[in-house]
Amino acid sequence: MTLRTQTIAAPSRAMPRRSADELIAMAVLAALLAVAPFVVYPFFLMQALCFALFACAFNLLVGFAGLLSFGHAMFFGSAAYFSAHLAKVWGWPPELAIIAAVIGAGVIGILTGSLAIRRQGIYFSMITLALGQMIYFLYLQTPFTHGEDGIQAVPQGKLLGFIDLSHQLTFYYVVLAIFLFGIIAIYRIINSPFGDILKAIRENEPRAISLGYKVDLYKLVAFTLSATFAGLAGATKAIVTQNASLTDVHWTMSGEVILMTLVGGMGTILGPVVGAFTMIGMQNYLAGFGQWVTVIQGIIFVVCVLAFRRGIVGEIAHWFKRSL
Amino acid sequence: MIPLLGISSQALFGQLLLGLINGAFYALLSLGLAVIFGMLNIVNFAHGALYMMGAFCAWFLLNYAGIGYWGALVIAPVIIGMFGMLLERTMLQRIAGLDPSYGLLLTFGLALIIQGVFLNFFGSSGLPYAIPKELSGGQNLGFMFLPNYRAWVVIFSLIVCLATWFTIEKTRLGAYLRAATENPALVRAFGINVPRMIMLTYGFGVGLAALAGVLAAPINQVRPLMGADFIIVVFAVVVIGGMGSIMGSILTGFLLGVVEGLTKVFYPEASSTVVFVIMALVLLVKPAGLFGRTA
Repeated sequence: MTLRTQTIAAPSRAMPRRSADELIAMAVLAALLAVAPFVVYPFFLMQALCFALFACAFNLLVGFAGLLSFGHAMFFGSAAYFSAHLAKVWGWPPELAIIAAVIGAGVIGILTGSLAIRRQGIYFSMITLALGQMIYFLYLQTPFTHGEDGIQAVPQGKLLGFIDLSHQLTFYYVVLAIFLFGIIAIYRIINSPFGDILKAIRENEPRAISLGYKVDLYKLVAFTLSATFAGLAGATKAIVTQNASLTDVHWTMSGEVILMTLVGGMGTILGPVVGAFTMIGMQNYLAGFGQWVTVIQGIIFVVCVLAFRRGIVGEIAHWFKRSL
Repeated sequence: MIPLLGISSQALFGQLLLGLINGAFYALLSLGLAVIFGMLNIVNFAHGALYMMGAFCAWFLLNYAGIGYWGALVIAPVIIGMFGMLLERTMLQRIAGLDPSYGLLLTFGLALIIQGVFLNFFGSSGLPYAIPKELSGGQNLGFMFLPNYRAWVVIFSLIVCLATWFTIEKTRLGAYLRAATENPALVRAFGINVPRMIMLTYGFGVGLAALAGVLAAPINQVRPLMGADFIIVVFAVVVIGGMGSIMGSILTGFLLGVVEGLTKVFYPEASSTVVFVIMALVLLVKPAGLFGRTA
């Protein structure tokens, strides 16, 4: 057997988690985001918030359960398709479209999760990648996704019948509320007894089994929760950008969310948010470079894995000996 | 032509042959993945990109050095294999001992870089590569027309796979390799240069991928993304077969190629997903994989 000297995304063991630090950091983040639309273009912020929530959902799985999923685009993209279809073709109001899409993503999460958790470690990653590719091909062939065109011109509608989402600043605060709901929920999950058991499984799965925990059940619940929040991000993104396309379900999207989380810091609360803003910002600035963006992303991957495994927030936390 | 279940024998056997060819590539790639995983404990995500580089290398040799198919068949795997060894020495070596997931992430990044660079210079359209004239034409077998080149690919891949199996399972070199897979520290204590062995193993696995790339060049066009989606199917093949057994990798590769080919005949809509569906079924029935020892 190989010795596992470092599990993926394990923070420095000596550092106890201090939730006070994390709460303060989250409050600062919320305050910053509340004033941000007066400084930065709100559409960019809304997009970044959706991807930040997506990365947080992904981080719930990789950072705290130690399960590296390579297929998370299937939840993000499926929910984007569902909410876009419901809002546009069925004419559902945005809140119902999003809720239904989130449930849909959760169901896909249960189905794919119960398959993927049958194998450990590296096989789990390959299985999620393959299942994601299968779902991609399904969407490529089913008519409701409109193939290469995607679902375009999704109406934003009125939230709860009276909040007009076509007003950009209003919409921004709605998206911010959804994001904060997501990140606080994830924070609660991580800091619950359930979250502690997940971390125990991440650190030493055989021992968790020997202690009598139904490891597979915990993994499945974590997987489904992660899929559900990824779905929330995707469903919201479809309403924000008013489209859902094959890009959202392709494996490159799974790669992007991994990169965001890796850059920000796996296993930290705020890392995925920082990573998502960094990567989305970078993509905006580098949009003129065409295919070189892929190369740059690849280089960031390589550099992060070789020299920067803690990520931005992880390094800062390590520096100040805090947990963020 | 004998019609069979309402399908002409040409269509049936033609697709079966195409399936066998795809199966040959699956086998060569999953074999390389298994060998690399055994020694380095890394799942090489860059395998698809290196397969593509093999095909491009053949194209470069033909167009810039005037070296034809037969030369490329030998030279391209060596060049790409050496490139692989360079990657191992400069990068993969540094993450040895970490969680295998980091290896997957690192090689994923490498795949993005390699594919991105080729996309920049060649775009996403394909470059033609002619079938060598010795193997052009084909045989009429009565029930189907058999192109010579396709027959060659299947037979040659099979020979390479079996030779690899023989080397690893039946020779002294293979015994060292298997020993180093089980317990590198002990093998090192016997005075065998394990780090060099790891480097050569990675180079060999990469060379197999490049060889598959050269074989594929005349069939599929030479495209920067020819390995990008292909590698995901190969991963599914690896999950189905399990990486523990060399023969298992070979058998699973060919078997799934044939199944895919048959699906193209009887239910074409499912041909791109059938391997993934089989993977799901195998996970339900036999989670360790058909030839897997442990998870």
